Amino acid sequence: MADTTHDAAHAAHGAADAAYAATESAGMPQLDFSTYPNQVFWLVITIVVIYLILSRVALPRIGAVLADRQGTITNDIAAAEELKLKAQEAEEAYNQALADARLEAQKIIADAKAEIQADLDDATAKADAQISAKTAESEKRIAEIRAGADQSVTEVAKDTAKAIVDALGHGDAAGPKIINSTVGRLTGGEE
Amino acid sequence: MATEAHGEEAGLVFHPMDQFIIKPLFGGDTIHWYTPTNATLWMGITIVAIFLLLVIGTRGRAQVPSRVQSIGELAYGFVYQMVEDVAGKDAIKFFPYIMTLFMFIVVANFLGLIPMSFTTTSHFAVTLVLALAVFFTVTIVGFVKNGAAFLGLFWVSSAPLPLRPILAVIELISYFVRPVSHFIRLAGNVMAGHAVIKVFAGFAQVTTVAPLAVVAITAMYGLEVLVAFIQAYVFTILTCVYLKDALHPSH
Repeated sequence: MADTTHDAAHAAHGAADAAYAATESAGMPQLDFSTYPNQVFWLVITIVVIYLILSRVALPRIGAVLADRQGTITNDIAAAEELKLKAQEAEEAYNQALADARLEAQKIIADAKAEIQADLDDATAKADAQISAKTAESEKRIAEIRAGADQSVTEVAKDTAKAIVDALGHGDAAGPKIINSTVGRLTGGEE
Repeated sequence: MATEAHGEEAGLVFHPMDQFIIKPLFGGDTIHWYTPTNATLWMGITIVAIFLLLVIGTRGRAQVPSRVQSIGELAYGFVYQMVEDVAGKDAIKFFPYIMTLFMFIVVANFLGLIPMSFTTTSHFAVTLVLALAVFFTVTIVGFVKNGAAFLGLFWVSSAPLPLRPILAVIELISYFVRPVSHFIRLAGNVMAGHAVIKVFAGFAQVTTVAPLAVVAITAMYGLEVLVAFIQAYVFTILTCVYLKDALHPSH
């Protein structure tokens, strides 16, 4: 029923060619079995050609490319891992070197300090010795001077006492005894 | 047929199915089995497109792929993964066969979306052959690999014993319905989408609804792009599922 109206409309339009009318009368072109052998024939050829292209050329090639790339990626990752390890080793070595250098530096500093200290001690000791030597000398001289002064005082005192004794008129035996006792009192303190 | 649609507007005629008519390429009315037709032409274009994509595109064998090469590799990886995941490792030797089916269907579907083109996969003859090829392959592989044990596919050993004969009948029917649904699904989807677009295109002749029709065509076209891929995917993954049944019927 629908087909007949359609065909009528078609006839009115005059747009339908013979082939079209033929297929239309059969309904859907998909159900026009007269074209099936043709389609099946060409489809089988198409599928076989595509299969040959794919299985002979395309798929092995793409598979190889993908495998190749996978291999490259794996290798690169391994290489990166190795380089990373190397970098870590280098860092460790660097740290080690740094620590060694620091230790060395500390040792040098300690040595230098010790040396300086030794020099200083040496110099101090020398200076102390010189100072003590000088002090001793000075003391000696002071003692000499003092002794000299004492002697001078004693002599002066003796002379003075002699002069006084002489002036008093005791120029005999008692004179030296008095002088000595006087001088002894002068120089010996509370004797 | 959309003949009912042109009742009100006398000048409005829909020929949504005209696009599927098979015509001889070089004139003449009769279509012999060897006559080159528009179907032949578009199958040939399909071959050329696949050749360009998978052979010329990968010519460089580049470590860092060009654009075309990455599309080819994507298709390869996609189908390979599907075969491996769905059908199992021992189905890998069928990979070229499944890849052929997938590439033919997906490329033919997309070529069919070019305006004025012919969609080979919209024809039952084509999808029927593809589906039957899968059906026979799977059945033969099933018997060759497993012998009579392949019939265990129909004997559901996990079900209670009284139910098993009934289930066997159901399984047997569903097994033979497989190729039918397999071929109708693909051709039906592709044909329906193209026909609907054509119907909207017919409405575009009417000035008042033309903008709406153009929008509808655009929307349908977007949907068809999805369908073109999804139907190829569905066909391929079902092939893998059937293949898995043939290789491991116990599941």
